[in-house]
Amino acid sequence: MRRRDFLRQSSASATLLSLSSLSLTSFVPETDSRQITILHTNDVHSHIDAFGPESGRNSNKGGVARRASLIQSLREQNPNTLLLDAGDIFQGTPYFNYYGGELEFKLMSMLKYDLATIGNHDFDNGIEGLYKQLPHANFEFVSANYDFSKTVMNEHVKPYKIFKKNGIKIGVFGLGIELNGLVLKKQYKETVYRDPIEISQDMSRILKEDEQCDLIICLSHLGHYYKKDPNKISDVVLARATKHIDLIIGGHTHTFLKKPIIEKNILGENVLINQVGCYGLYMGKIDFFFDSNKSKKVRGTTILV
Amino acid sequence: MVLKNHILIKNKLILVGLVLCFFSCKDNFHLNKIEGSRLEINSQIKEDSLINNFMEPYRLNVNKNLDSVLAFSIDTYSKNDGELNTAIGNLMADAVFKEANPIFKSKTQESIDFVLLNHGGIRSILPKGPVTTRSAYQLMPFENSVVVAKLKGIVVKELVNYLQYAKRAHPISGLTIKLDKDSQLLEAKIHGEIINDDHYYNVATNDYLYNGGDNMSFFQKSDTLHILNYKIRNVLIDYFSKNDTIRPMIDQRFIRIN
Repeated sequence: MRRRDFLRQSSASATLLSLSSLSLTSFVPETDSRQITILHTNDVHSHIDAFGPESGRNSNKGGVARRASLIQSLREQNPNTLLLDAGDIFQGTPYFNYYGGELEFKLMSMLKYDLATIGNHDFDNGIEGLYKQLPHANFEFVSANYDFSKTVMNEHVKPYKIFKKNGIKIGVFGLGIELNGLVLKKQYKETVYRDPIEISQDMSRILKEDEQCDLIICLSHLGHYYKKDPNKISDVVLARATKHIDLIIGGHTHTFLKKPIIEKNILGENVLINQVGCYGLYMGKIDFFFDSNKSKKVRGTTILV
Repeated sequence: MVLKNHILIKNKLILVGLVLCFFSCKDNFHLNKIEGSRLEINSQIKEDSLINNFMEPYRLNVNKNLDSVLAFSIDTYSKNDGELNTAIGNLMADAVFKEANPIFKSKTQESIDFVLLNHGGIRSILPKGPVTTRSAYQLMPFENSVVVAKLKGIVVKELVNYLQYAKRAHPISGLTIKLDKDSQLLEAKIHGEIINDDHYYNVATNDYLYNGGDNMSFFQKSDTLHILNYKIRNVLIDYFSKNDTIRPMIDQRFIRIN
């Protein structure tokens, strides 16, 4: 059996043998184990009410009030939870047309979102339209590759934010899509788009080496992958070209992934990429289990998706 | 540093990745296991009453606005009434022409030559009686916006060819097409004039079709694109607001002569 061969060749440890032959949970050592839960949405597009019964494949799905109670029960299960959004909060129902995003931000604040990044549709009322709604948001925005320094958003968007949950240091940085051609210049004004790969290399160095984060998450509105234009920057292209990123939470392409996909980064390490379609029909949940067992020199990470 | 990386597929749903990794990165915590899942937000999840109560005044206000009457429709119009052109499709294409042209003119000092939308983009009927903002949302729930693509005459002929073989009542305005009883092209004109292969035409459509939706690949051959940032839905709302009575007709713009 190939698996046996692999294990024989590897001087790894007996723990791994038990992992592959027995149950997966048996790998978790009895030492200090800490769970971080990441909940995420993307492209909710002002879908505040649930869909009605005559809405095709969306029928009876979604709705902020339901999402709120689900989030609450998950937070009760694990208080060490982060709730993130990958952009395009705005535009898609009359709520946006009537209130300009006020209700979206107020509700996300009530749901205790921790962080969001900025999607192209979040510029739909111009950069001033976004700025105007900021007082309604009790959560912060991150974008590492939008340079807002010459706009009203200056100092209101950070490149990254670091959370400490139960001793685990989590670095989250944001990435936005090229605005030229997608959003009118008069809307994004002097916002400067910078190369996501170059910026991510800086971010991963800062978060891994300088900040010593245990977990690095990229909150991206680049789009999952462009089949017709495979070299176009996307979450998949980004994952392959960078290092140290553990998870990319995506948006923009409204890609309905049933489970996160696994890509290899430039060092051959695993990167998880997830995206949950759009309109608040689904929420992604990714649990990271850490242990502080220092004795072993060789380590493994089990990915269960 | 990663030495080995091994992925086993345990079954269709469980993918197990083992990363054997020399412990050179950090020595505080080790990432041991990752579990990912997708949670569906459905009617089995109880609504949070606090959130619901908070939303209620907004919901009432929006609904009140959505139900405010903009115009009156003298009949019920469906995209299924008509073979190669429909009253409701003509209404939508004409509305795009009328409402978007002034915006396009102010941006470019040029005029829209004709409009092409898609039959599938008419998402509901327009019922007889009051026409409201909600009607516009029902006709066009999508966020598609008007774009104007500059197409060379020779490419416009591909567009006509597409319509000839699609045999669907894709809404048009400013363009007229006559087919014979065998669906062979008799005549295609833009504002009464025959299409010139070398002339450039400003074709208004929506961003979905421009990007190849409904296999309208000819739009990719456009030289210039103008994004008007004007949603089709808002075109309809503006059109309904300016016209008290909605009385669209099936006409001669796209016909088969038997």
